[in-house]
Parts: sequence; C-alpha cells; structure tokens
Amino acid sequence: MTSEVALPIIIPLLTGTLCVLAWRSSMAQRLLSLLGSLTLLGASIWLLTSVLESGHVVMYMGNWAAPYGITLVADMLGAIMVVLTGMMAVAIAVYSLASASQAHERFGYYPLMQLLLAGVAGSFLTGDIFNLYVWFEVMLIASFALLILGGERAQMEGAVKYVTLNLLSSAIFLSAIGLLYGLVGTLNMADIAVKLGEAEHTGMVDVIAVMFLIAFGIKAAAFPLFFWLPASYHTGPVAVSALFAGLLTKVGVYALFRVFTLIFNENPDFTHQLLLWMATLTMLTGVLGAAAQFEFRRILSFHIVSQIGYMLLGLALFTPLAIVGGVFYIMHHIIVKTNLFLISGIVHRLLGTYDLKKLGGIYKARPVLSILFLVPALSLAGLPPLSGFFAKFIIIRAGIEANAWVVTGIALLVGLLTLYSMIKIWAEVFWKKLPEGTDDTALVHGKTSTSLMLMYVPVVLLAGCTLFIGLNGQPIYAMAEMSASQLLDPSQYIEAVLGGAQ
Amino acid sequence: MMEPMMAIVVGLLYAAAVYMMLRRSIVKLVIGLMLLSNAANLLIFTSAGMTRGAPPLIPEGAMLPDGVVADPLPQALILTAIVIAFGVLAFAVVLIHRAYNIIRTDNLDQMKDTDT
Repeated sequence: MTSEVALPIIIPLLTGTLCVLAWRSSMAQRLLSLLGSLTLLGASIWLLTSVLESGHVVMYMGNWAAPYGITLVADMLGAIMVVLTGMMAVAIAVYSLASASQAHERFGYYPLMQLLLAGVAGSFLTGDIFNLYVWFEVMLIASFALLILGGERAQMEGAVKYVTLNLLSSAIFLSAIGLLYGLVGTLNMADIAVKLGEAEHTGMVDVIAVMFLIAFGIKAAAFPLFFWLPASYHTGPVAVSALFAGLLTKVGVYALFRVFTLIFNENPDFTHQLLLWMATLTMLTGVLGAAAQFEFRRILSFHIVSQIGYMLLGLALFTPLAIVGGVFYIMHHIIVKTNLFLISGIVHRLLGTYDLKKLGGIYKARPVLSILFLVPALSLAGLPPLSGFFAKFIIIRAGIEANAWVVTGIALLVGLLTLYSMIKIWAEVFWKKLPEGTDDTALVHGKTSTSLMLMYVPVVLLAGCTLFIGLNGQPIYAMAEMSASQLLDPSQYIEAVLGGAQ
Repeated sequence: MMEPMMAIVVGLLYAAAVYMMLRRSIVKLVIGLMLLSNAANLLIFTSAGMTRGAPPLIPEGAMLPDGVVADPLPQALILTAIVIAFGVLAFAVVLIHRAYNIIRTDNLDQMKDTDT
C-alpha cells in the first residue's frame, strides 16, 4: 500500500478537527496538538523510509489514474520536507505548551496551527499544480489568522501587508495555472512536463515560467519581492513567528525547486539566469537589511531573506552539486531558524522586550541559554562543525566549479556579514551589561519554572539536530544527493507518476 | 470573436485591480483584491478555450461523450478558485475593519511602523 503518502496531510487535518471539537478545554487541545504532532512526525518518518526504499511513493486519489485524477506523490525532496514539517510541528507544540497565552488558545490557536501544518504538508506532497494552489491557500488562510492572534497594532499593520502580497501572489499563480492549462490542457505536473517537452517552445512558455517565478518568489521572499516578510513576521506570537520562519517561506522555495526542475527545464539559460540574479540580490539585500536593525526578531526576519538567496543560488546554478547544496541548505535552515526564533521568545520571557538596546546581561545570569543561542547562530553564519558550514561549503564549492566567481564571492561576503549580525545579537543581548533601570527580576532572581523548562526542551533538541548534522553529515548529505539526482532527472518522477496510468 | 473581447476585459480587470491596489485607502485595496481574483478566474475561463459545446455527459453504455463537448475542468477550477477567493476576501474585509478600528486610519501610508 502507498497510503503513507496521504497520512501527513490527514493527521493534522484530523487533529485540527478534534481540537475544534475540544474547543472549550485548552488542556485537551494542548494534549491533542502534541499527540497529533508526534503522530505526524512518525508518519513522515515512515514516508521517508518508504521513499528511501522505492524512490517515489505515488497515490492516486479515488483510484483515478494520472493524469485524470489527483495524485499525491512523494519524492526524496518532498519526503525530506515533510519530515522537517513533522519535526517543527513537535518543537512548536512543546514550546506552545508554555508560550501560548490563554487568549490565543481561546481564539483557536491549536486548530489553526494544525490546519497550517496540513497545508504545508499538502503543498509538499501534491503532484497536481492546481492542488498546489489549493494547499497554498489552506496554508495562507491559517497563517493569516495566526498572525493576527492578539490583535495588536503592529500585527494589524503587518497583516495588511502580508495578506495583500500573498493574495497578489496567489492571483498571479492562479493566472499562470490558467495560461499553462490553456497551453497543455493538463494539470498533473508530470503530465505537464511531458506535454511541454513535446510542444514547440514558444515565448509563452517563458512568460508562464516568469509568472511562476514571481508568484513563488513572493511566497519565498526573494529579491525584489521580499519586503512584506520583515514587516510582518516579527509581529505575531513568537511560536507562530518561529513556525513561519522555518516552514512558510520554504514552501515557496520548494515550489520553485519543483517547478523549475520538473516543468521549466527546457530553457535554463533564460530562467536560471534570472534566478541567479534574484538569488544574489536576495542574499545581499537581506543581510544588509539585517545589519541596520536593532530588534531581535526583525534581524532574524531579514536573515530569512538572505538565506533564501543561498537556496535559490543552489537551484540557479543547476549543477548536481549545487542542487545538493540547495536541498541541504533548506534542511539546515528550517531547523536553525526556528530555533533562533524560539530563543528570542525565551529572551522575551526573561526580560520582556525584543529591543537589542534594552537587553543585556543574560550570559551572566543564564550561561546555558547563551551557549544554546550560539549553536544555531554560528551555524547560520556557517562556522564548522555546525550544519551551516556544510550547507554553505557545498553551495560555494558548486559555485566555484561552475566558474560563477562573482556570485560565489558575494555568497562568501554574505556569510561574513551574517556572522557580524549574529555577533551583534550575542554582544547586545547576552554579553553587555543590562542597561540601567531595566526590570531584571525574572532574569536574575526568578527560578527556572516548569514552563520555562518546557520552552528549553525544543531549543535543546533543535540545537542537538544542528550539531548532529554538523558532526555526522554523511547520511544527510546522501539524502540530499538522492533528492538532487531525482530532481535533475525528471523522467524518474514522470515515470513514477504516469507509469501507473495504463 | 468572443475570445479577443474576453482578453480585453481580462486585461482591463487586471489594470483596474492594480490601480485600485496602488491607492492609499485600505478599502480600495480590498476592492482591488476582489477585481484581481475575478480577473484571474476569467483568464482561466478564456485561456482554456471558449468552445460552444454540449455538457460533457457520457451516454449510457458508451465510453466517450459523442460530439463536441465543453471542457468541464476549467469550470471546476474556477468554481474552486471562487470559493477560495471568497473565503479569503471575507477574511480581508474583517481584517481591514479591525485594522481600521485599531490603527484609526484608512491610509496605507500611515501603516509603516513595522517597516523600519
């Protein structure tokens, strides 16, 4: 049976429904969301093992064979992303036990979270381009509602921009689907790839490719379409920011990887050259934007933008090693970035602010937390032996092999600037003296309560993952390599999806 | 003859949507979003081919419908897209209402506290 490919979508939907049924009891909702997330992680690991065995896992909904019915398909990239979704779900579920306020819980925090996970998993697993749109919308509606939980002024301002830009992106995506359907008359991605390969290559294909590039570029926050992200991501509840930072932009990146390896691989001189410029400028503007900021979560938000550039660089270079690097980078970044946001939440719990200028003195009072921050921070900057080093190393090596000297140089420079902003956070938040007149009772005198311990749990686990990937990168690299070889040889994917059509 | 006319209508809708979204008022922003989703739906309808045909029903015992039939898939797509767009639009309307109540302005230029 191949039903494991549907489980990562069904489980969060079911958990979300049960959470709605338990609307009045926050305790039951907390337990349900934790259980549901653990089950999701289990199911996703099951999916990963069967993908490791068989290459592709395909399921035809309602037994309508492709290209007529809706297909769910997991290749290596999809399976990796779903496993990471499961990991983040568990981390956020544990963290939320301590960090979600009662007001948020009353307004459906847990059901929305599960709906978001279902949308994300659905986007990773669908083999049908219109279904991708539908899952995007499921994810977006949940994320809109999560972002404005609490209803503060900043959240409203952020949400207006977030909602507008995402709806614009959806409209462009939908228009591109319409044009593509008019051109090839099918919606199944594998079938589109076949039909588009047979059809004469006209300018229309390039137009559609650019429309997809813009639509997914907005979702992934790539240059020049990123400005909504630093304006909105830091406004929501911290667990929500962490989940968004880890997963939501990566869905856009995943869609770019999928579409530009499977469907629009005919004319890489045009599309991938465009991607290369986008990637370079994304890296640069993101990191420069971060350098100017003095708000913890805003710095981290700008860094999402800059890191997206590295992933796109992997796709844009379009060599086997570069794709490996891109996939590796996605894996590393989801773990690290979520972790950094979670730590910013702990700091907020201790000192009540995200403003770097008002923070300080944490190293003296809480050395463990400070060291825990250094792990993802240095990993993000790309220092060995952490996961970020290998991610950056593979991409830069690929850049050198492709003789893309300028881009590689910029990538290295951006790594240096990333280190600068991480050190800035470290120096301001953890190292310098606490500014006069700050209320430090929670930091210095407060006991480490159970709820604070609960917030530490996912941070420690994710830091462990970062270290594990850094010290024992080989199996992770092998998985990235397998997904890269599948991405660069779309015939396997096409064969797996359409092969069952007879 | 129908298709070029539809193409012009779609183009006008997109233009109007972008124009509305670039105004400063959040109410006009929502109107722009509304026009945008309708433009996308009409685009699907047009680009999928506007054939005049019978409904795609298969007679009893046959495997294929006989004669020229209309392609049902774009209609299904548009129906889905309308439902989604409607849901999202309802959210957007509530959002700008709340945003107006909290920020006390409908001018997008004054909503940039989170930008810098």
